[in-house]
Order: sequence, then structure tokens, then C-alpha cells
Amino acid sequence: MSEFIPTGIELSYLVATALFFLGLKDLGSPATARKGNVVAAVGMLIAIVATLLHQGVLNYEMILLGIVIGSVLGAIAAYKVEMTAMPQMVGLLNGLGGGASTLVAIAEFWRLLHSSETVSLDSSITMILSILIGGITLTGSLIAFAKLQELMSGSPITFPLQQPVNALLVISFLVGSGYLLVSPKDPMTFLILTGISLVLGVLFVLPIGGADMPVVISLLNSFSGLAASAAGFVLMNNMLIIAGALVGASGIILTQIMCKGMNRSLASVLFGAFGGSSKVSGGSARTGSADKSVRSIDPEEGAMMLGYARSVVIVPGYGMAVAQAQHAVRELADQLEKLGVDVKYAIHPVAGRMPGHMNVLLAEANVPYPQLHDMDDINPQFEQTDVALVIGANDVVNPAARHDTASPIYGMPILEVDRAKHAIVIKRGMSTGFAGVDNELFYKDKTTMLFGSAKDIVGKLVSEVKQL
Amino acid sequence: MAEGLIAALFVFVLATLAGAEVINKVPPTLHTPLMSGSNAISGIAVIGAILVAGERQWNLTVILGLIAVILATINVVGGFLVTDRMLQMFKKKEVKA
Repeated sequence: MSEFIPTGIELSYLVATALFFLGLKDLGSPATARKGNVVAAVGMLIAIVATLLHQGVLNYEMILLGIVIGSVLGAIAAYKVEMTAMPQMVGLLNGLGGGASTLVAIAEFWRLLHSSETVSLDSSITMILSILIGGITLTGSLIAFAKLQELMSGSPITFPLQQPVNALLVISFLVGSGYLLVSPKDPMTFLILTGISLVLGVLFVLPIGGADMPVVISLLNSFSGLAASAAGFVLMNNMLIIAGALVGASGIILTQIMCKGMNRSLASVLFGAFGGSSKVSGGSARTGSADKSVRSIDPEEGAMMLGYARSVVIVPGYGMAVAQAQHAVRELADQLEKLGVDVKYAIHPVAGRMPGHMNVLLAEANVPYPQLHDMDDINPQFEQTDVALVIGANDVVNPAARHDTASPIYGMPILEVDRAKHAIVIKRGMSTGFAGVDNELFYKDKTTMLFGSAKDIVGKLVSEVKQL
Repeated sequence: MAEGLIAALFVFVLATLAGAEVINKVPPTLHTPLMSGSNAISGIAVIGAILVAGERQWNLTVILGLIAVILATINVVGGFLVTDRMLQMFKKKEVKA
């Protein structure tokens, strides 16, 4: 019997691991994604139940109570959250996972501290890594959450001597780690290391903002997995190590896709802090803007252009998410289709604040999947498009990215809206996008502007189109 | 002990490579669900939390472990449910299309 249970637990972990792999594989294809999610959830259930059977686990009542509390809170959050708030939801969940992993490492340290066991070099190293990754994930995610929830400014926040301060913290962390390796039972050093990790997480996300958020969110997603893996090293538990590594890998893949979508390296996103700060050489476009003029129209005129077009491509951006305009947009598309207009959606890989943000919103509004087109797919089609309707997108449609080498967004792949016969841009005002660059598109002769909140304007367009 | 660490590193590296292979080439529509679904899996920290909270007496280790159990369970349950909610929307629309 005493042999049977530990073996049974390990075998259950093996089954759970297999289910995680199969689930993630299914999550990668639209037809099987929902099943994949359920498969992974079953794997998680098996892993949790098996762990409860562990001989060292005696504190059932409290643990089950904790699970119940966590489940209720998690379920409430999952059902209440608005689809537009999905980026901050994912950000917060990343942080909770990272926080849990850190607490596991701290708890294990505390246990070793008060036991007669000698602490091996291995466990010291793994504990240090665990609090470092977990701590950064926790506070970094909380800052990302605060930025996305607009509890604080979403733009990059920089302060003087930022890089030296970071360097100093990293050096202190290394020195502290060295000290802890020599005298592993020193709680003060351990606490200081934990504190430094938490501060590093804050400083890591503060200077990043706006359109770089998809990169940060996917990177923190990867970190939350690595944190779980590190906790697995502390406890020498294969289940934690493997599951964490899986998440780490998927987060890194998404991070790469996001960086590619902006044509920026990960390093430049993490350390660049572009936009917001005035050092950016957006000057070439901005100085000229005084003598350029934009053409503004009213919704009635906009509706005429759209209603009598043969083909319309809708380009949604973060502005649509902020205004929660996705349902109005869908209604507009429906009305246009009734008039025989061919309607498509063009989705830039980094539109919004997390990977796939626009896809989720449009899915919520029941936009048929085949109408959504990726950047590579839709760009050759703009030349045959009568009207491109840009809703709350800015930098991802700025033609300067193609030719203005002085522009900070030069080289970023864009949706080539300026190649369409006409462009209508719905925007709250003439403010610049996240990159702090003026958008050439707005000043083109064939571009017209509709100023106002995306939801109001699209609503007015719908009623005007109905009257056509 | 060092042997255990090396074995664990093997497991980690192989799992990362296998994971990267499994997840590669995901269409943009599924980026968010993939992220929130894998995020739920990172709540696997819950089993580490259960293990350290297992002792039947009150001390800091157990208290920290229990807090970790709550945080990680929110991560697991919230992550899987919100992913399912999103994928349900995709489903509905495919039937229509």
C-alpha cells in the first residue's frame, strides 16, 4: 500500500502531462480548440486530485477550503469579465500564477530554515531562481494590469537614472545570491532577494506601454510558466517542471510573433521605451503638420461613401476596444452587406493590447470567421478596395512605416490602407498614436476623417446607411 | 542531489522543445485563447502549493502555502473558464458561417 500510492501519484502526473500536451495541440486549431481546453482542464483536475493523495498532505480541510475560495473567485472573474477587458484579465491571472510560485519557494525556504536538514547548493540555487522569476512575474503583471485597467498611465514611464538603478539592483541581487549560497539559512538575505525581485518586476514593465503591451503580456505569460517550472525545481516535482516549460514555450512563441508584427527585437521593446518620451525623432512628420490639413466629414456623407461602395475593408484597432464598438461595427457591416457591399476585416497582428485581441472582440460580436483577414492576406487587396474604414487604429496604418527612415515606426509592417481608393478614419481627435508619430494617412487627399467616439460614430453610420 | 538537478534539467529542456513544437503555427484567431489556456496550465503551481501547505499544524510555511493554493486556483479555474467562454463564441459563429 505504501508503495502503491506514490507510484499511483507519479503515474497520474504522467497522464496529466500527456493531457496538457494533447490539450495544447488541440488549442492550436479552430476546430478542436474548445475540446483542447477541456482536455487540459481534465489533466489539471487529475494532477490536483493525485497531489491531494500525497502522504505528506494532511491538512485537507484548509486546502479544500482554499481550493473552493479560489474556484469561486476564479469562476466569478471568468464570467463577469468583459471581452474588451481580456488583456488585463490575462495579465492578472499571469500575476496570480507567478505569485503562487513565489510563495511556494518562500514557504519551502521557511520550512528548510526551521528544520534540521542542511540546505544543499542545488536547492539554494533553485529557490533563488524561483523567487526571481516568480517575483518579476507577480509585480510585472500587476503593473501591466494597472496600465491596461487605466489605474495608471498606460504610456511608458521613465525616470532619470533608470538604467543605472536597474543595473544596481541586478548587481545587488547577484551579490545577495552569492551570499545566500554560502550561508543558505540567512532569512534576511532571502527577504532582501525577494524584495529586489519584486522591485525588478515593477521597473521592468513601467517603461513599456501602449502598443508594446501585446509583447509584454505574452512575455509575462511565458514567465508565469517558467516560474511554475522553477517552483518545480525547488520541490523536485516533474509535473510542475513540465507543465511550466510548456507554458514558457508557448509564451515565447507568441512573444516572437508579436515582435515580428512590429518589426522590433525583443530587446528594443524591453529597453527602448519609445513613444511618450520626447527624444523620439518623430520630428520630420510633426514639424510639417502645421501646414497640412485634414478633411473632416459628417456621418451622413460617410454613410454615402460606404453604402455606394462595392467593397469595404474595416480596420479595427485599440480605439474600437476602448469604445466597446464591436457590436455597432458588426451591425454596420450587416447593413452594408444588405446593400450588396462586400465587407472584410483586416487584422494587424499587434492591433489592440494582446495577441489576437481584435479576433476575440469580433468573435464576441458574431462576425463570421471567414471575413477576418490577416495582414499578408489583405494587403494585396487594398488596391481593389473602394473604402477602407479605419476604426480606432493609428500606427498600424501609418504609411510612414514604409518610407520615412526617420520615423520611429519605420520598418514596421502595416496594413496598406492608403492604397485603397478612399479611406475613412474614425478617431476621437488628432492625437498621435502610441508611437507619438503623426500619421501621414490623415493628410492624404483621399482620406476623410470622422471625429468622435467609435461607438457613437459607427452607431450614426448605421442609422444613416439604413436610410440609403 | 546534483544528479536529481541534472535529470530535472533534462526534463525541463525536453518539455520546452516539445512544447514549442506542439504549439507552433497557431492562427492569429487563437492567439488569445492559446494564451489564456496555457496561462491556466501555469496554475499548475497549485500542486506545489498543496504540497507545502500539507502539514497539519499552523506555521508560516502552511499559511504561505494556503495563500498560494488560493491564488493558483483562481489562476486555474479563471483561466480555463474564460478560455472556454471565448472559444464558445468562436464556435457559435462558425456554425452560422
